[in-house]
Amino acid sequence: MDDIVIECKEVSCVFNMSTEKVDSLKEYVLKIIKRELMFKEFLALDDITFSVRKGETVGIIGLNGAGKSTLLKIIAGILKPTKGAVTIKGSVSPLIELGAGFDSELTGRENIYLNGALLGYSKEFLNNVYDQIVEFSELGNFIDVPVKNYSSGMYARLGFSIATIVKPQILIIDEVLAVGDFLFQEKCEKKIDELMSGETTVIMVSHSIEQIKRICKRAIWLNNGRIAADGDVTEVCEQYIHSV
Amino acid sequence: MDEISKYGFLLMNLTSRDFVVKYRRSILGIIWSVLNPILMMLLLNAVFSHIFRGDIDNFPLYLLSGQLIFNFFSDATSSALFSIVEAASLIKKVYVPKYIFPTEKVIFAFVNTVFTLIALILIMIITCARFSAVMFLAIIPLILLFIFTVGVSLLLSSFSVFLHDIKHLHSVVLTAWLYITPIFYSEKMLGETSWIYLIVRVNPLTWYITYFRDTMIYGAMPTVTQNLVCAGYAIGSFVLGAAVFKKLQDRFILYL
Repeated sequence: MDDIVIECKEVSCVFNMSTEKVDSLKEYVLKIIKRELMFKEFLALDDITFSVRKGETVGIIGLNGAGKSTLLKIIAGILKPTKGAVTIKGSVSPLIELGAGFDSELTGRENIYLNGALLGYSKEFLNNVYDQIVEFSELGNFIDVPVKNYSSGMYARLGFSIATIVKPQILIIDEVLAVGDFLFQEKCEKKIDELMSGETTVIMVSHSIEQIKRICKRAIWLNNGRIAADGDVTEVCEQYIHSV
Repeated sequence: MDEISKYGFLLMNLTSRDFVVKYRRSILGIIWSVLNPILMMLLLNAVFSHIFRGDIDNFPLYLLSGQLIFNFFSDATSSALFSIVEAASLIKKVYVPKYIFPTEKVIFAFVNTVFTLIALILIMIITCARFSAVMFLAIIPLILLFIFTVGVSLLLSSFSVFLHDIKHLHSVVLTAWLYITPIFYSEKMLGETSWIYLIVRVNPLTWYITYFRDTMIYGAMPTVTQNLVCAGYAIGSFVLGAAVFKKLQDRFILYL
């Protein structure tokens, strides 16, 4: 098929779970001497194969530690799989953590440019959408205040406004759908509906089955790093709920 | 080309971020970038001029030019050392090529060095030093040193992800390096048979400093050997640093 935009082929991801994180040479030597250094291998994802077509909305469900976030990170290109390959066609916009690139010493204005650059936007583009970002974030005069003085709601609002300024071809959402007070939450939901409309492909992780059912048409259930079920959202969610 | 313009803008933003953060709360702001090296030079001059004055012409200028090169290397590698670890929260959330972070620190140190260059030219005017057209060639050792430093920074920043001890070792190595670099003494003072002379001769920074002084202060044309050695160190360091970084970068995220 030509319209496949995400293809995961036999993707496995192994983490080295040394019992503790070893940060220094001294600790390392001590642990080797005491034979405490254990390299337990942890299989976060085990032979995952699936493909997503253009315009599909896919929810990923599963218990904590099932590998949902690992899978999202691999699709977003942040993490490389140990085995297998992921092919992506089109621009990916990860709504994984809002405001991850903010520098607390900088003002909101400066952070818009810094964060925008991190997301790969050009200067001309940011100049064009700057007013739009500020307006959506409702920060007003606070935009010239260092973000360390922001409340957590203001911080999240600015992060959300920057991250959602572009309508991407593939949208990746990790449970950050709504931030701020309930008025702003409604605005966020509207904005996400707008981003998801049309041909946008959506991959989302959420613990809220309601949300998955409302937004997605297809669901993938991950259990201990393996795909337990993949198909129509209502069926898969039923199976998932019954198994727990 | 697309990638260069995209990440060029990011590098510019990160560099200006570092500048803003460095000077946000100071009254003199960016003037410090010029003032600081001059004050350091005056201090070192007061300490060392009694010992070495007779042997070196225009000692203040000699000192400042040596400091300029060494401080660039020292500042750049020190801040690049933990650039990956500091960017951990970002690397875990957004895809950004990881070499951006150490490279940005080297660029930031380089911009600071340009301000030191202004200080150097001020001192040249004050001490009535000779200006010549060869001065413009001083850009060559600076560019080669930049490449050399990027290589070292890539190497250090990738190692430090796995081994935080490098921080402590780095400051010791830097101090040792300071003493084997002819900043406040001249290598001629060492006697050609001593083992320390050999070490000083092999030291890459000695080559960059000598090249820089020859063109900037003494108006002497660089030799072929100087060009070859400086370029060789730059390319060698860059290739090694880039290769190690490329090999290790996919595992960074597991240790951050």
